[in-house]
Amino acid sequence: MIEVNEDYCKGCNLCILYCPRDALVESEELNKKGVHPPVEVEDRCNGCRLCELICPDFAIVVVEDDRLPKMKRTKKCSGMIK
Amino acid sequence: MADKNEVDVIDGKQLQDKYLREEMMPHIFCNGCGLGNVLDYVLWAVEKEGLDLDKTVFLSGIGCSSRIPGYINADALHTTHGRALAFATGVKMANPDLNVIVFTGDGDCIGIGGNHFIHALRRNLDITVIAVNNYIYGMTGGQVAPTTPEGHIGTTAPYGNIEPPFDMCEMAKAAGATYVARWPVFRPHQPINSIREGIRNKGLSFIEMMSPCTTAYGRRNRFRKIEDLWAFYEDKTILIEEYDKIDRFGTEEEKEELDDKIKIGVFKRSTRKPLEERYRDLLEEFK
Repeated sequence: MIEVNEDYCKGCNLCILYCPRDALVESEELNKKGVHPPVEVEDRCNGCRLCELICPDFAIVVVEDDRLPKMKRTKKCSGMIK
Repeated sequence: MADKNEVDVIDGKQLQDKYLREEMMPHIFCNGCGLGNVLDYVLWAVEKEGLDLDKTVFLSGIGCSSRIPGYINADALHTTHGRALAFATGVKMANPDLNVIVFTGDGDCIGIGGNHFIHALRRNLDITVIAVNNYIYGMTGGQVAPTTPEGHIGTTAPYGNIEPPFDMCEMAKAAGATYVARWPVFRPHQPINSIREGIRNKGLSFIEMMSPCTTAYGRRNRFRKIEDLWAFYEDKTILIEEYDKIDRFGTEEEKEELDDKIKIGVFKRSTRKPLEERYRDLLEEFK
């Protein structure tokens, strides 16, 4: 599951751009800074954590849950890529 | 590079709780700036290497990049302009047990602190230098820096920069760094592993991070949107292995395309005795 800390988001939309599974879209609501923070699309995320790493504002955290069967494998792989 | 000494994997939330000063967040960097990523990657590298924060010092000079240590829950020195490496020399020589990580910018490292930079490289202290290169003096409003590419526009070069730029990695290689790498911020895993390797490496490790500056650089150089500037960095970079391959076996057209590309990757791995060990040996000799 993708958790978005809306107060930290500055609205660069890089997470939406870089997501390989299109699991994030701009939300309808505005946050404190007056930008549209991203929200997760149901059942799209595979837990690759690219959005968490690519977010310059520490606004996104990917947490494990039952819907992510591939999570463990992805995590192991990420340490091995040179 | 799967490590045997891999510590327990934690998730992003735990990383933030452990390393960031929550009262300082959200950070001050502009929308679309890569400095937040650099901070994130360094924290991941520090976490994965299992460094003790009580035995780690973060240093910085002046500039956008030098605000980074303020967000880390560890001891930090925010020093005078260009002198971060001079202060780091003092820290490391006074207490060689400390892990020293220096954040510096392009103007800070090679502009104002150019002399300190080459002499720190010559002395080869066991420190990790992370130079965040955004190709402009961002904090003061977009003046031309020593690394600004030719033809690019800054406030002090409204018709395009006419000075040839410095290549920081070539300079570091020539002056004697033991580990030299350059990575753009849009590739997360390679810089993390590079910083880990730099921390582990005995000797001065120099890692240049290409960070997009949307406010002072992108706006004046016809990259109005954040994604345009990030995509420009993606188009303009080429892996060193690919570069060498095309340089040796490529066709004429392919070679022509190489001219305006920036090489990324690990440029140098070597070993040389660090200064603090030489000093310790000298003290042993006269005991």
